[in-house]
Amino acid sequence: MVDTNSSSPTSSDPRDYRNTVGKIEVPNTKMSMRDVDVFYGDKQAVFGVDLDIAKNEVIAMIGPSGCGKSTFLRCMNRMNDTIEGCVVSGSLKLDDQDIYDPKLDVVPLRARVGMVFQKPNPFPKSIYDNVAYGPQIHGLASSKVELDEIVENSLKKAGLWNEAKDRLDQPGTGLSGGQQQRLCIARTIAVSPEVILMDEPCSALDPIATARIEELIDELSANFTIAIVTHSMQQAARVSHRTAYFHLGYLVEIGATDDIFTNPRHRLTEDYITGRFG
Amino acid sequence: MSRSTIDIVNRNLAKRYAKEKRFRLFGLASILAGLTALCFLLVTIVSNGWGAFTQSYVQLTLDLDPETLLITNPLDDDQWSYANYTGVIKQSLRERFPDIKSRKDKKRLYQIISPGAGYQLNLLMQDRSLLGQTVTIWLPADDDVDSVIKGHIDRHRPENERRVSDKTLSLIDELVNSGELQRKFNNVFFTAGDSSEPEQAGIKGAMLGSFFTLIVALLLSFPIGIAAAIYLEEFAPKNKWTDFIEVNINNLAAVPSIVFGLLGLAVFLNWFGLPRSVPLVGGIVLTLMTLPTIIISSRVALKSVPPSIREAALGLGASKMQTIFDHVLPLALPGMLTGGIIGMAQALGETAPLLMIGMVAFIVDIPGSFTDPATVLPVQIFLWSDSPERAFVERTSGAIMVLLMFLILMNSIAVLLRKRFERRW
Repeated sequence: MVDTNSSSPTSSDPRDYRNTVGKIEVPNTKMSMRDVDVFYGDKQAVFGVDLDIAKNEVIAMIGPSGCGKSTFLRCMNRMNDTIEGCVVSGSLKLDDQDIYDPKLDVVPLRARVGMVFQKPNPFPKSIYDNVAYGPQIHGLASSKVELDEIVENSLKKAGLWNEAKDRLDQPGTGLSGGQQQRLCIARTIAVSPEVILMDEPCSALDPIATARIEELIDELSANFTIAIVTHSMQQAARVSHRTAYFHLGYLVEIGATDDIFTNPRHRLTEDYITGRFG
Repeated sequence: MSRSTIDIVNRNLAKRYAKEKRFRLFGLASILAGLTALCFLLVTIVSNGWGAFTQSYVQLTLDLDPETLLITNPLDDDQWSYANYTGVIKQSLRERFPDIKSRKDKKRLYQIISPGAGYQLNLLMQDRSLLGQTVTIWLPADDDVDSVIKGHIDRHRPENERRVSDKTLSLIDELVNSGELQRKFNNVFFTAGDSSEPEQAGIKGAMLGSFFTLIVALLLSFPIGIAAAIYLEEFAPKNKWTDFIEVNINNLAAVPSIVFGLLGLAVFLNWFGLPRSVPLVGGIVLTLMTLPTIIISSRVALKSVPPSIREAALGLGASKMQTIFDHVLPLALPGMLTGGIIGMAQALGETAPLLMIGMVAFIVDIPGSFTDPATVLPVQIFLWSDSPERAFVERTSGAIMVLLMFLILMNSIAVLLRKRFERRW
């Protein structure tokens, strides 16, 4: 894409970051984004990003603060719709379905593309109600028994069942931070989405809780496609199959996680993962 | 010469602490000033108004003789209505004090009993089997007698400088000594409407008027206010128009309430032709007045719901409506209810706009519906405070006490609701 108002200080930098290094296309594509620009009012946050996400892969998005990775993530289930003045252009597809088709209803889209947020945000309701809410509004359970089953399975998949089974009627807000985040994951998978977007899911958690969530992500990748934004490069290295490096709104490099961390091809990626800036 | 940082810090420390101490003292002083004023107010009202809850009654033995009552044909309803009830009372008084012969003294004797006592006897005689019998009942004493009993009239002043003559005083003393004049709980105060005679005046009419008016205000302002707040906060696009509306709502909250009364007079009475002095119109006017308060507090309550809760619901695929009604509203409701109840309490204490729509009239009948002429508690207080009789002074304060009780009750409910439904996350 052509950038006309390039006045950032690095524009004179010989290291060009406007063209993505690495292979964008993947076999077995689940989501496909082409030439995505995102504007907040007059300010452009994401510049012409092309990216494919394969079925059942875990893709990590890393980069310094303000590089547009969270913004890009939130485009994938149109959570940016809630932000005043946010405009998205380009093509975003989920199984050939255009996500930004004006005729598309976001309700079923978000049932297919779930999201876990940075700060654990359980509803101030019981643990059971937290998990049951999604299936209830979408009418996924035809009976109480079925609903109980969904809740139990979701909590089991989120690794929270043993801790929560005796206190399902207690408020979800009474759990610890790590448990709350697992509850949020259970709530998300209760509606059986195809893709789960995770926006720095561990940034508010301690290392032990983080390790549990990382394990969980690994287990979930058998059934779900997961896109995770993270500030921790170790986390990206541990959980993801592919890694995308963002810089100032551009996708700089994309590739298999092992390659990115052992053999980065772009100078900026190398600088970032070796801790020279970020 | 080098001075370490800690020296400089230490040198200023005393000054900093003194500043803090001064500020605390100012705060404490202002709280104390406020509390003193409040205590003074409450003590004045209670000490003035306490007497309103008791009333002096005189025990009389009445001979309900058809002849004295001028009832010749008991089947004629008109005769019952216009029967000489006062005559029976006067006769009973004469029999109680057979020594009193002069016209002047007789007049004083009759004045011991409330001029409205005949009406009370009329009510009693709804039971027509009493005709021809002799009954012993307690009838309210005149307000001057009541004032003497309550010590509001100084006996030691010369006769021509007080409202009660020596003769009357001696009659009162005799009745008190024989136990036929006693202070009793003032039922009338809670069961009667307004009256020009203090001992016949009560606040029931005003209380019911307030009740009907508030019901109208509640039914209109709550749904409208909350719906407007939800629309403005959650659905309305943020543009020039909504900004304009917001500014105007904030302005309306500061408009003097009498202006709403004038509006009510011009629009509801003169244009729509609704009846004067009725709770229906009063409620509509108070709705206009409290709407801005309710909208503003409801919007604040909605705003204070953390965005993470909305994102969580939206992220699960809840529609906007579901997000608002399942998650945002339950969290905002305590704040909305508090705002609403405080708005209602404000409406309960409002006088000025109701004066403009005629709810200030002297209304004796107790209102039974939304379209019966009525007055409200604060207007009743205003009316009584204007009356010259000593007994109305204590009734004014008594009515204020009742009004304050209702206000405290409503505010306590607001606090309780907030405590009960408040959810933390």
